[in-house]
Amino acid sequence: MPDDDAREDAHKNGDTRVEEEEEKETAPPPPDDEVAAAVVERFPRTVFRRSHGQPVVYVDRAVWAELGGFLRGEQQFTQCLDVTAVDHLVDAERLFVPGVRSERFEVVASFLSHPRNRRIRAICEVPAGDAAVPSLTDAYPGANFGEREVYDLFGIAFTGHPDLTRILMPDDWVGYPLRKDDAPARVPVTFKEDPRPR
Amino acid sequence: MSDTRDGTRDDSGVRPPDEHDEEFVPADPRLTRQTDEGAQELQPERELVVTGGPWPEVEGEGDTMIINMGPQHPSTHGVLRVMLELDAETVIRAKPVIGYLHTGMEKTGEELTYVQGATNVTRMDYASPLSNELVFSMAVEQLLDVEVPPRATWIRMYLNELNRMASHLLFQATNGLDMGALSMIVYGWREREETLRLLEKITGLRMNNNYIRPGGVAAELPDDWQEDTLALCETVEKGVSEYGELLTGNPIWQERLVGVGAITTEQALALSATGPILRSTGFPWDLRKSQPYLAYDEVDFDVIYTRNGDCYDRYRIRLQEILESVKIVRQCIEKMPPGDYRVQDRKVTPPPRARIDESMEALIHHFKLFTEGFKVPPGETYAAVESPRGEVGCYLVADGTGKPCRLHIRGPSFYNLQSMTPMMEDRLIADAVAVISSVDPIMGEVDR
Repeated sequence: MPDDDAREDAHKNGDTRVEEEEEKETAPPPPDDEVAAAVVERFPRTVFRRSHGQPVVYVDRAVWAELGGFLRGEQQFTQCLDVTAVDHLVDAERLFVPGVRSERFEVVASFLSHPRNRRIRAICEVPAGDAAVPSLTDAYPGANFGEREVYDLFGIAFTGHPDLTRILMPDDWVGYPLRKDDAPARVPVTFKEDPRPR
Repeated sequence: MSDTRDGTRDDSGVRPPDEHDEEFVPADPRLTRQTDEGAQELQPERELVVTGGPWPEVEGEGDTMIINMGPQHPSTHGVLRVMLELDAETVIRAKPVIGYLHTGMEKTGEELTYVQGATNVTRMDYASPLSNELVFSMAVEQLLDVEVPPRATWIRMYLNELNRMASHLLFQATNGLDMGALSMIVYGWREREETLRLLEKITGLRMNNNYIRPGGVAAELPDDWQEDTLALCETVEKGVSEYGELLTGNPIWQERLVGVGAITTEQALALSATGPILRSTGFPWDLRKSQPYLAYDEVDFDVIYTRNGDCYDRYRIRLQEILESVKIVRQCIEKMPPGDYRVQDRKVTPPPRARIDESMEALIHHFKLFTEGFKVPPGETYAAVESPRGEVGCYLVADGTGKPCRLHIRGPSFYNLQSMTPMMEDRLIADAVAVISSVDPIMGEVDR
């Protein structure tokens, strides 16, 4: 089922490269992690990947907040340990995950289940043009600071967050320091031959 | 003005002239002005009166006032600012405001090679730098698929426990200071200094050690490390029993801490609190036990937990954890395996100094490693270890170059600060000091 969806998705994008299609058909990713399998069953567009032994699910942005409720309510994931983000603007070489439509930003959340003693990491792709993600704070109030930090340093908004303000940078700061195209410490130096200040 | 000065300065011989003292002759002519030209005495424009009494704005029923505690308040452990909404002396709401120590260390981390990265992360949690180095190194090794030799693993564990002792001793010292048990700062510092002295002997630096690096540790342990460690263990055990005698049963100490800043397990879990805060609520969760890394499954120690979740419990947990660390350190002395202290992969760790003189390849490897570093294949990983403050995690994304695409450290203090709010609410301001102290935030790690 997830494989069909992924193929459909690829067709919609006009992504008709033959070798990729073949690869997907030969290697459907069966989640060997029970939580990931449950997540894939619940949210069919999810892509599972094992990264250095750790289970990772690539979740659709629309169901991000639902995923939090699902993990907390039905899968006994007691804590959201961390929310962070990655800017892939200037990657030399980016990790290719079959079935995931790569965007500039990735929001990454780490969950921990104490009763089951296991972890899972969820990643959602966020386009630069519409940098907004549903907030996890309904299910996990502890994600508050992490999401504020991502908002502060990456400029990714979390819809439904109770207090989305800057946390590390000054309130009147302009720009988002951890974006790859932001250079907070750069001092403009003008040389004679320079057409414009850098 | 003259009234206050009269009498107090009579014997000095230097007195300002006034109307009662026509024949004022200064003892030293340099003390008088030669001329009034160009000088002007500043007079107060109106009388300033400071009196006590209730402030009119907060007199009414239900009126609250917001005050800022910090960022310069001495009990805020650096530059933490807490906005407190007060009804008289009771805290209605509390909101931690952070960022005063933000230096963009994660951004810096993207500009440093993996070899240099440890120098950066070690400065985040400056009270337990080795935990940060460890978690960073573990993340890099996961991305590289490098297996660390057993001796390096044990050295790492040994150093991490020494560091835990130093960090908890620091907590005992500052917690005592914050609560008014002023002798504790001297006692705690005394034992902590001994611990740091041993760390200095091993790593070369008291803090910010940069000793645990991707691929192993930086150097072999010094020759007589066993004797030094045993001596330190005895010093620390003696110290801890002294603190216990001084504080644990002390009625003033208990009055100040028991029941103060209590939270429940549900609150601690919901607010992503880890470490002693979570364990104090009756939840025995310690990554060293539940998800063992290094060689923690080969040593014998207990996870300390209590049930009340208050400041007193957090104090007791940290006190007892020092002894558990001593226990682990003693076992490290016995069980330390022989072998290499870092992997012998020249693409990851530098060659020994002596080889550089004899081998061209060694020289090239050394040069390449310290100029370009090593390349890490694209991938992402999350490593987590139990630092003295809770789970410190490292989310590392590599893009195939010699520098990380993203280096994120999950600081336990950063997330633990959130649980400060329910601890403070509906209690007195004086208890807020106890709460900040018992959360034990390290602002370098909070703000990064």
